[in-house]
Amino acid sequence: MALLQIAEPGMSTAPHEHRLAVGIDLGTTNSLVATVRNGISVVINDEHGHSLLPSVVRYRQGGAVTVGYEAQARSSEDPHNTIVSVKRFMGRGLKDLPDLATLPYQFVDAPGMVQLKTVAGVKSPVEVSAEILKVLKVRAEASLGGDLTGAVITVPAYFDDAQRQATKDAAKLAGLNVLRLLNEPTAAAIAYGLDNAAEGVYAVFDLGGGTFDISILKLTCGVFEVLATNGDSALGGDDFDHRIYCWILEQAGLSVLGDHDKRLLLGKAREAKEMLTDQPEAGVTGVLSTGQLVDLKLSGQDFHKMTESLVNKTLLPTRKALRDAGLTPEDVKGVVMVGGSTRMPRIQAAVGEFFGQAPLTNLDPDKVVALGAAMQANVLAGNREGDDWLLLDVVPLSLGIETMGGLTEKIIPRNATIPTARAQEFTTFKDGQTAMAIHVVQGERELVGECRSLARFELRGIPPMVAGAARIRVTFQVDADGLLSVAAREMGSGVEAHIEVKPSYGLSDDEIARMLRDSYDHARSDVEARQLAELKVDGQRLIEATEAALAEDGETLLDASERTAIAALLDAMKQAMQGDDAQSVKRASDALNQGTGEFAARRMDASVKRALKGHKLEELDL
Amino acid sequence: MPDFNCNHFELFGLSPGFAIDAEALERAYRSIQSEVHPDRFAHAGEAEQRLSMQWTARVNEAYSTLRRPFERARYLLELQGIHALDPNNTKMPADFLMQQMEWREALAETRAARDFAGLQRMEKDMRIVADNLQGQLAALLDEQRDYVQAAEVLRKYRFMEKLLAEIDAAYEEIE
Repeated sequence: MALLQIAEPGMSTAPHEHRLAVGIDLGTTNSLVATVRNGISVVINDEHGHSLLPSVVRYRQGGAVTVGYEAQARSSEDPHNTIVSVKRFMGRGLKDLPDLATLPYQFVDAPGMVQLKTVAGVKSPVEVSAEILKVLKVRAEASLGGDLTGAVITVPAYFDDAQRQATKDAAKLAGLNVLRLLNEPTAAAIAYGLDNAAEGVYAVFDLGGGTFDISILKLTCGVFEVLATNGDSALGGDDFDHRIYCWILEQAGLSVLGDHDKRLLLGKAREAKEMLTDQPEAGVTGVLSTGQLVDLKLSGQDFHKMTESLVNKTLLPTRKALRDAGLTPEDVKGVVMVGGSTRMPRIQAAVGEFFGQAPLTNLDPDKVVALGAAMQANVLAGNREGDDWLLLDVVPLSLGIETMGGLTEKIIPRNATIPTARAQEFTTFKDGQTAMAIHVVQGERELVGECRSLARFELRGIPPMVAGAARIRVTFQVDADGLLSVAAREMGSGVEAHIEVKPSYGLSDDEIARMLRDSYDHARSDVEARQLAELKVDGQRLIEATEAALAEDGETLLDASERTAIAALLDAMKQAMQGDDAQSVKRASDALNQGTGEFAARRMDASVKRALKGHKLEELDL
Repeated sequence: MPDFNCNHFELFGLSPGFAIDAEALERAYRSIQSEVHPDRFAHAGEAEQRLSMQWTARVNEAYSTLRRPFERARYLLELQGIHALDPNNTKMPADFLMQQMEWREALAETRAARDFAGLQRMEKDMRIVADNLQGQLAALLDEQRDYVQAAEVLRKYRFMEKLLAEIDAAYEEIE
């Protein structure tokens, strides 16, 4: 079924209205926004012609915020209030951060996710990321001349549920309608695959500022099927900088440094690394706050030596991903390089050697993710017709629950294609047990303590029975964004508990609402007005989708009385849309959704039948 | 709810059997996904989005079952009302179990010695055994229709799958 086109409320209802959709690469070091213009994906520059926005946020006394180059320029001067590489803190607790000592921030260990103390108050990484996204949103809207319909935000393929949830929350906080969270390597594959009309198995090697992903994809007739993914969500260009930084300390005989000098030398380390991309050696020169002069020369060879173990750390997940896909390096037709860190000659050589072929670098590794994300956003917004491609992505890490003895029982294995739903039955341990603690974890290890804890919840009200008699069915569902929800149900009594996996590492909707209020300094009525506006946008979408569905299949799939019933609900909905009462819009749209459920189901069945018929005809043609 | 009454084979328009036209399965999977995937409904109403998600999950489950020989055999037996891997169904021939123990010991030694080539040799041997069991399954399920016997072969096959998974884990440890 083709995607239906819907105009913005209040704007022209012409059927081919182009909807403004963007792809955003929210990177550790830099972020970008791109869009499809006249059929071509392009990065949107700022007013100075910069395409990259450094992912640096500086908080000032009184609450003013600067983002990007301006913030970056002050980072060594004001290290406590200038947050760099915030992506590394997304969805992470204090215990997850191994290099705390080298970071200049004052951390607050909030439940779930760390927070950072700044002159403008305590900030969550979600809020900091939202500041970056807001700037990109403003940039895009200024350039495109209108409000955005939606955005595709990219995340590392190896991001776990907590990190994904945090990213989605940040987008919500920035006022973006998230069309989809898209894995970075998959986004890159779109940009490459469609440009090169490729078929076959491809590897995407994505080494960014703070994360590493490897994805193995199979491309066939417009379908991008991810076969396996692996990576390290705490390995990136930052780690190479850090090795150089340690070398500087050693060579210059320095020990404990203040935060200002630390930032200064980390900056110098990064410059040296970048210089070594096309030069045999790099100078490291700087004056510390003590007046001491640091003046060193780093050779490419020494750099290789000190970072060899990091390079090897990328090959291990690469091997694992290939093995999970059931493939060998020879099966791979091409290797796509993504992320600024893949500019390092040693990385290119190592990848080339591993796969036995020179990697593809014809698209700018800094931009390729955003370009692919924009192409996907364009499809999801419904701006293309007919020749859409399809992405089949996977869960990066197994999902399971804790069983007796602190062991993990996997319910959804890693590399399962999403969306997916799996259920498994468990039972009680003690006679008369009336409650069960469900602890949801993510990871490959057998011991729960070595996996990431995602959420805990309880199923209460189980009728007392002897141990082992109750049947508790636990259902895991992962949606197209890779986000998990879990439900538990006692099969005999029907007692149920359900949870969006948020509490331990995400933010509740209330918290997001509070942050929205704080960040916009909006009065309560403004927040309500915003809610009404959102409800109306959704409502309009629903009306138009229903009308289009009726026009297409109403005669064939519904009888007269069913048509009348839906028409009545539609009228009620339109009526509610005329007014300004959020509650009645909500009620009418719930009723319409409910009332068209059966119709939607029949339409879906019909399209599946059509798909199979088409495919049988295809076979006859062969 | 989508029509979940049809079985996995019917869903893809295939005739049930252990021998399967892998390409036809893949083609059918892709054409159904093209219709039901959430990316096709990013702009649709709530009801359609929910259905799309249920359908896609269902299609993914069916595909991942049918594409893997072990899961396919298990599913075929389930269609016959036989739960081959029921925990109460653990009886295995003694000589088979002895053989398993020997292989496991050999694997533990190879692992401890971090012998990469040795692991590769073991993997190759184990694959031959697994492939042989697969051949037996094909004959029992598709030709002789001896489901009781097939269930026993499937249980043996499970041991091999586990062993192969442990070899994989050993590779990861050595690397």
